[in-house]
Amino acid sequence: MLRDLRPALVSVVLFTLALGLAYPLAMTGLAGAVFPHQAGGSLLRDARGEVIGSSLIAQGFARPEYLHPRPSAAGNGYDPMNSGGSNLGPLDKKLIDRVAGDAKTIGALEGSPAIPVDALTTSASGLDPDVSPENARMQARRLAGQRGVDVSIIQSVIDANTRRPMLGILGEPAVNALAVNRALDDRFPVAHPR
Amino acid sequence: MTIQGWAEIALTIGLAVGLGWPLGVYMARVWQGERTWLDPVLGPVERGYNALMGLRPERGQGWIAYTLSLLAFSAASFTILYAILRLQDHLPLNPQGFAGMSPELAFNTAISFVTNTNWQFYSGESAASHFSQMAGLTVQNFASAAAGIAVAAALARAFAANRGETLGNFWTDLFRITAYVLLPLSIAVGLVFAALGAPQTLLAHVDAHTLEGAKQTIALGPVASQESIKMLGTNGGGFFNANSAHPYENPNAISNLIEMVAMNVLAFACVFAFGRVTGLRREARALAVVMTLMVGAAAGAIYWAETQPTPALAAAHGLAGANMEGKEVRFGAAATAVFAAMTTGASCGAINGWHESFTPIGGGVAMFMTQLGEMLPGGVGSGLYGMIVMALITVFVAGLMVGRTPEYLGKKIEAREMKLAMLAVLVLTVSILIFAAIAAVLPAALKTVSASGPHGLSEILYAYSSATGNNGSAFGGLGANTWWNVTMAVAMWLGRFGYIVPVMAIAGGLAVKPRLEPTAGTLPTHGSLFVGLLIGVILILGGLQYFPAQALGPIVEHFQMLGALKS
Repeated sequence: MLRDLRPALVSVVLFTLALGLAYPLAMTGLAGAVFPHQAGGSLLRDARGEVIGSSLIAQGFARPEYLHPRPSAAGNGYDPMNSGGSNLGPLDKKLIDRVAGDAKTIGALEGSPAIPVDALTTSASGLDPDVSPENARMQARRLAGQRGVDVSIIQSVIDANTRRPMLGILGEPAVNALAVNRALDDRFPVAHPR
Repeated sequence: MTIQGWAEIALTIGLAVGLGWPLGVYMARVWQGERTWLDPVLGPVERGYNALMGLRPERGQGWIAYTLSLLAFSAASFTILYAILRLQDHLPLNPQGFAGMSPELAFNTAISFVTNTNWQFYSGESAASHFSQMAGLTVQNFASAAAGIAVAAALARAFAANRGETLGNFWTDLFRITAYVLLPLSIAVGLVFAALGAPQTLLAHVDAHTLEGAKQTIALGPVASQESIKMLGTNGGGFFNANSAHPYENPNAISNLIEMVAMNVLAFACVFAFGRVTGLRREARALAVVMTLMVGAAAGAIYWAETQPTPALAAAHGLAGANMEGKEVRFGAAATAVFAAMTTGASCGAINGWHESFTPIGGGVAMFMTQLGEMLPGGVGSGLYGMIVMALITVFVAGLMVGRTPEYLGKKIEAREMKLAMLAVLVLTVSILIFAAIAAVLPAALKTVSASGPHGLSEILYAYSSATGNNGSAFGGLGANTWWNVTMAVAMWLGRFGYIVPVMAIAGGLAVKPRLEPTAGTLPTHGSLFVGLLIGVILILGGLQYFPAQALGPIVEHFQMLGALKS
């Protein structure tokens, strides 16, 4: 085994230099040059150039004039420094109580007895930027009332920000909540302090 | 369940197998030291490496020397990784200002990455500096994967040899597999991930002012470069706590497809490369068929289970739908189910949905896949040698039935091989069941188990199955303390090296045997009969060992759930 000492140490040092430093740094340079937007985290900016979020990361919209994301178990909710899920099993009392409570709140808010599953369940990352089209449709009436426009117009904004399954079979249709809310603010602003 | 969901599952597994074949052809050339299209670039680098290392690659190693080199490399890797994690506050590239990891957490994490497990008791975005992620963890993602493939290459040479003595040179294999296979693939796949939305920056985080006027701090980092090798090397250790469910690690359904294919394709490639090196392609294909059928069956079972009603959701709403707790909208039930089957079948351990929140059957199937020995299709390299061990047991059982000395791939399988094969299998069983049994009654262990009742037992059983199988996925509610940090590290170590050493001993013994031509009395090991026998042995062996424990965990929970749905 002593014979292996030199190759073992030399190889670990070489690997660290080549794969631990050169590789990620070269990739950082390359990705930053070719895909600067994505490599920087797909950040969105307002007219003044200030970062308002990432198109890939959920924000904890709670005001009635916004499309609400799914419940989040990341930190105290939607915390990108603490991604994660609830890790509650399907028979866990905490889950059953939470879902029952949320169903009541959402049912009252939306006036809808049938609530899509994704509105009642925490996502795996706690940062799921999307809601299901059914979930968005459920919220459309509230958004229309708050924004003072017709439901069909809200629905068209939702549709414009819905991604279909890729290649027809990959994944599920998804509505990006931040994109919808930005579009709504642009087109039908509501006076509120920023 | 939808046709679209089933099509997605079939496409994903089909691509992993289909692309595994050409990659296997290429891998065989790398194993055999033949010229490849990368030679003009890498040839001089390889010569420099040989000079620095003092290597003469033409001089082969016997099985003991090969194994000792592998162990020495792993020991050196462990030492350096442990030091990096402990000292990250004194090292560069720590923009977050993280403190060094505690001794027990650093010990667990270092073993975890050196054994290709990547069990994570830490949360990436809040405990590991960029330097630790890059120079520590990413390096081991490459190194531990290459070491696993090296063992597979040595085993292939053992079967190909006719009264041979040597199994190749570990240091040469380590370099060639890393430089010719893992690194180019990682660069290509990493750039695709970056294009699709995975960040690749040295910034630690950015502050956003949300539409509602709140401040949101978003964690960033060199994600794409780690993501690609994490999947390709069946490591599975995420940059972020949420792993491949995090939108930055896995931004959309296309990246999800690429991640799934990446985490199985090299394991299949090893099987096809094995067929070419030994010249027994039909036999290798039979092994690939077994892997494909079983991972496909698991994906189907989990998909079915995850689209069944659960009590909480059935009571609360009127719309039918999948069990979306711990799942992402952009993936849905089908893409999460096939991901879960492939990651637990492959000893990868990346997740794009939390297995703890799966239905009892969904989580139970995922756990069963880790318990079957991680060869469906298994980790890179480790899947192949795990499957060969099962094949040896199968020909032995078949030999007993007809009263003939068993042969496999032209080598007589005798008492020594069988003892070693059973030793390898038993190491896994003992580690999983004994540790789980102790933890289930030890207050210090139970303190950090988040669930109670059968789900709590599942959490414990899953943890040791995952650690011993070098998988790394978890029922994520489990917290860390000294008991878990230390025993999980021991389980990971046993599952890796307690398996590799007997396999290398088998390889050494087989290499010196003459290669026999098949006779009329030889059991054919390429047809559907053998495929069926092999599946039977895998299931019976796994079933006998783990069914009693599963019955107390997922299975009883399933009946509890059915009861809750009725009431």
